[in-house]
This record gives sequence, C-alpha cells and structure tokens, in this order.
Amino acid sequence: MAYDKFNILKSRAVPLKIENVDTDQIIPARFLKAVERVGFGDNLFRDWRYDQKGKLKNDFILNNSLYEGKILVGGKNFGSGSSREHAAWAIYDYGFRCVISSFFADIFKNNCMNIGVLPVQVSESFLQKIFKNIELNPKSNFEVNLLEQKVSIIDTKEFELFEINPYKKENLLNGFDDIDYLINLKDQISAFANKTPF
Amino acid sequence: MSKTLFDKVWDTHVVKKVNNGPDVLFIDRHMVHEVTSPVAFLGLKNRKLSVLYPNKTFATADHNTPTINQHLPVKDSLSANQLKTLERNSKNFGISFWGLGHKKNGIVHVIGPEYGITLPGATIVCGDSHTSTHGAFGAIAFGIGTSEVEMVLSTQCIMQVKPKKMRINVNGKMGKGVTPKDIALFIISRLSTSGATGFFVEYSGSVFTEMSMEGRMTVCNLSIEMGARGGMIAPDDKTFEYIKNREFTPKDKNWSNSMKYWKTLYSDEDSKFDKEYYFDANEIEPMITFGTNPGMGISITKGIPSIKNNGEGSISYKKSLNYMGYSEGDEMIGKKIDFVFLGSCTNGRIEDFRAFAKIIKGKKKNPDVTAWLVPGSHKVLESIKEEGILNILNESGFELREPGCSACLAMNDDKIPIGKYAVSTSNRNFEGRQGPGARTILASPLVAAAAAITGQITDPRTLF
Ligand code: SF4
Repeated sequence: MAYDKFNILKSRAVPLKIENVDTDQIIPARFLKAVERVGFGDNLFRDWRYDQKGKLKNDFILNNSLYEGKILVGGKNFGSGSSREHAAWAIYDYGFRCVISSFFADIFKNNCMNIGVLPVQVSESFLQKIFKNIELNPKSNFEVNLLEQKVSIIDTKEFELFEINPYKKENLLNGFDDIDYLINLKDQISAFANKTPF
Repeated sequence: MSKTLFDKVWDTHVVKKVNNGPDVLFIDRHMVHEVTSPVAFLGLKNRKLSVLYPNKTFATADHNTPTINQHLPVKDSLSANQLKTLERNSKNFGISFWGLGHKKNGIVHVIGPEYGITLPGATIVCGDSHTSTHGAFGAIAFGIGTSEVEMVLSTQCIMQVKPKKMRINVNGKMGKGVTPKDIALFIISRLSTSGATGFFVEYSGSVFTEMSMEGRMTVCNLSIEMGARGGMIAPDDKTFEYIKNREFTPKDKNWSNSMKYWKTLYSDEDSKFDKEYYFDANEIEPMITFGTNPGMGISITKGIPSIKNNGEGSISYKKSLNYMGYSEGDEMIGKKIDFVFLGSCTNGRIEDFRAFAKIIKGKKKNPDVTAWLVPGSHKVLESIKEEGILNILNESGFELREPGCSACLAMNDDKIPIGKYAVSTSNRNFEGRQGPGARTILASPLVAAAAAITGQITDPRTLF
C-alpha cells in the first residue's frame, strides 16, 4: 500500500520514557484478530492505557492531556520482540508519523518505513535532551526534516543529524513502497528463479 | 575471497544490488499463517496482483487456534473469521494450506523442518520473528512484517540491507540438566535483548556440533531475543540425515546436486566477522528468567541481581521487578508457581516432551499447578503417543492438548490469569505476553517439569 509522503514534520511530542518497549506492549496479541488494517490505534499500548476493567489509567503518558503530537519519543531499544506490523499500524493509526529513540529493533524499524512512519535514531544524549525539553515545556515543538536528515529542538535550536538508507529515504519522500520497485524487476526475477536450486 | 556461511547463502540469492540501497533477495521458501497474512492478501487484491510462485509458499493455522476440541467449530468469531480468511486466500491464490485438523498442521516453525520445506542454504521468511528457527539447518531464515509478506507473495523477493555478521562460539561440555534452551538463555543474558540487533549470528563450536537438530532449532529460534535478525548453524551429516526423504526435500538427482551446494556451506577458515563472542559451556547451569524480557535471566541457583539506583535502565528494571512481584536479591529457587506451559516453536518438539517425561516419570503433578502441555504439531503429537510418552504423562496426572501456539502468545483461550506465575518453555516473558497481567518465567522443559511436580521453582538436577 502506498502511503503519504514524508517531508518535514513539525510537531509536539509525546515522551514515553521506558526502555525495551516491545511490540507486545505496543499492541497485545489478543488485538491481532482483524483481517483488515483498521482500528488498531484504539488498542495502542492497550494494557498500559487501560486497566483490566477498561478504565483509563491516569498515570500513563498517552492519557495525560498535557502531551500530544505526531512524534512519539521512546527509550532505548524500541520495538523489540514480535515482528507484528500491527505495532507500526497502531502507532500510525493513533496519529503518530515519527518515532524517535536512541535504538530500534530491526524488524520494527523496517515495518515503520514500509508504512510511512519515520523511525529516527538519535544519540542517547540527544534523546535525553529531548525528554528534558518536553519535561520543561510539554508544549515545545520539534522538527524532523527528512530531506536534510535532521531533527531539531525548536526551543533551544539544538539539532542532530540522523542516518537513513538513501533508497528508503527516496521512497518515504515520494510515498513509494518496495512492491512498486520490485514489480518493475519482474523479468530479472523470473530469470533468476529459473536458476535457483529449490 | 574467503566467505562466511552467511555470505555464501546470501550472495547466491541476490537478484540485484540497489545503488546505495538494500539488496533484492530471492526467497526460496515462504511460510504463512493466519495472523500476519490477511492484510498482505488484501494488498494483492487491491493492486490486482497474483502470487508469483504459489508452490514456494506454505500456509498453516497455528497462532489463533484452540488447543482443545479442534474438531468443533472455533467459538470465538473473530478467530474463526481469521482462520476462514486464510483458508479462502490460500485457495484463491493457489497455496497449499494445512489448516486446523489437517494431519500436517502445526506451528509454522515446527512443521517446516518436519516436511523438508526447510532446507540448508535456502532463504526462508515468514511473518513471524521466530522464523530464525530454520537457521538450524544452515538456511538464512528471518521474520518479516506484513508489507514484506505482500512483497514476497507478489514478487518472491524482499528488499533487505545486508546485516552485519556475528559469531558466537560455545565450546566445552554441557553439564547435567543443561539443555539447548539454557545455552540460549545464557547467551541472551550476556548479550542483552539488543546485543545482536543489526547482526545475523552464526553459532559455532563443539556444543552445537554435538547438539541434536531439535536442540539447534531451539537455539536458533531464540536468536531474535537478543535482537538478531536470525541465527544459523553450518549444515553437517546430522542435518542431511534429518532432512533426507522428507516430503519436500529434493530427491534423486536433485538431491545429489543440492548436496554439492550444501557441502560448501561453512565459514571459510579466515573469514571475518564484525563481532565475535566466546563462551564456555562448562560454566552454564540450568537458567531461569526473573524479569520481563528474555535478557533478564540467571542461573537457577542464583539470586536476582541488584541494580545501581538511578543507573542506566534502573527505571525499567524496577518496573519489571515490580510487575513480577519480585525484589532484588531474591532467590528464585522455592518461589511458588501456578502454571506450567510446555510447548511453542522454542520447546514444543518431541525431544522437549521426552525431557519433560524424564523428570515427571513415576511422580505426581502438584495439585496446585495447572499444566498445559501443547505439542508443536500433529507429527509431534503422534510421536508422543507412539513413544509411550502419553502414558507417562497421564499416569502422573498430566493431560495433553492439541497442537498450536497456545499460551506462547495467548491469542486463544490459553491465557495465564492476572498476577499468576507461569513457568514457560516459550520464548518471551514480556508483560502480558501470556495474558493480561500474567507473570512469565522462561525456562527449559526440565525446569518446567520440576516446577510442575513441586509447585515451585526447583533445580531439576535434584530430581534425577
Ligand atoms: S509458538 Fe510462539 S513464538 Fe512460536 S510462532 Fe507461535 S506465537 Fe510465535
């Protein structure tokens, strides 16, 4: 599925100051029974957001009206565990377009880029600066510029450059996905398939 | 130029190198299950695409299936719909489907090797992170997301940046009561859950050459729990013996041709790895986890480590212990447990049931423990019966369930209730993984058996 182009995102951010957030937390398995990609945002961080009776837990950051925005900022090693793309869908469906962390799990990172959510990996110290900035001023804005591969804290004018594979960057800027690319290689693929042993 | 095992398999599958981009990698085998595939099939329909090579894709139902009364209609309507959807998609797109009740049905990573779908030197993917299991045969096998499932269905290719290479060497003798699960939990406890992120791992050393194929599968299965894309072990005679004459294994001339390729699959002596670790098997004891990620593991005889106040990760560490209801310094032995789960693609194979039976034979299940014993596949179930293991289980007061993922991810009714403790042979002890509020303790089938008998964490070495 092609997705919205990603260029510059200027937004407030929601700080999730927890390390090793795994995809079972992002979307628990019991919400994976759908056969279409709809409604996953409602169950994003389900068991952290709601208690057993379905009541909102006030101490969870997503339930705090002080914080909002299209950027989710997470602690180190974000998105580990299950390969479920539903985790990325839930993040997208909730309204986030970018996740910032100091370290991402591989599959999660790929899944995000495949659906148009930008994972931005920053240094641990810059991550802490972002957290600090939100703590001081929950309304503060951040800018993620994909073309320049730059993430900035607007209040303090501090910024950091981030890395992204040039091919993936091109895709995100244009809203293309890998299938668009691979379909054009059809002949090359079938020639290759004829030579494979299994 | 000298190459690693991983390089050899990867390089033979590169269709095209994209400038500054990922490689276009050809996929030999694609496994599909009900949970991560429906949106991919929907994508095909929307783009008006077909499945390029239907005979390279195999579908099974496992994640979202009941483990009792499989002959009856599935009660949960959402689950039933998901299973029907896979059946319909498989039919419409010409893919072989081994659904609920089919004699070849089982957990995707258990049946792949059983029917010779899993082969050395192949590229294997599935919308499930534990696809790494198949690396035990010297395949490059890794989990993918649903967008990628759609990619493989429509083009038999995937776009991947070549990961870095890591080798983990374990030599020495495995002690009494130490199983492949303990070796893996030990390695993860040393590397942490992100220690191998960005890497593909090769396991090497006498411990792995001496290990059975089942054991190798357990180890490769758990590679993802240290962040690795996958893990692999060079194929040897044991590997070839295992796959020979299975349903989808190459036969006759194809076998001898394949063998020529398979014999080249090892890391050349002077090949380079980006990172290398060495461990001594003699130092490894039966392992157990105490926290909420698989890296939080210790020898069963040890206490829960303390963490420096306000040190890095201390908030997450405390949150984790709090969830488990444990404190720093606690001994794990003697802690009361409520549930035991034997099963999953990590430890749901015949060897795991043999190990479990060895401990419980002639003893009685603790009356306060609920035990769910779930074979990884129908084939495993059959062997359990044929080998007389079922009798041993029944005599000790255990029942056997029908195959599936079950309490490994608790999508079906097999959920550990809130606050209860489960010793589980599966692979993830994340918060809520086995049901909302469930507290999971990962361990080997031997430790699980010991807990099922005593009702508490027990060193299995004291029981045999
Ligand atoms: S047994 Fe568990 S880890 Fe394995 S495929 Fe099923 S859900 Fe995934």
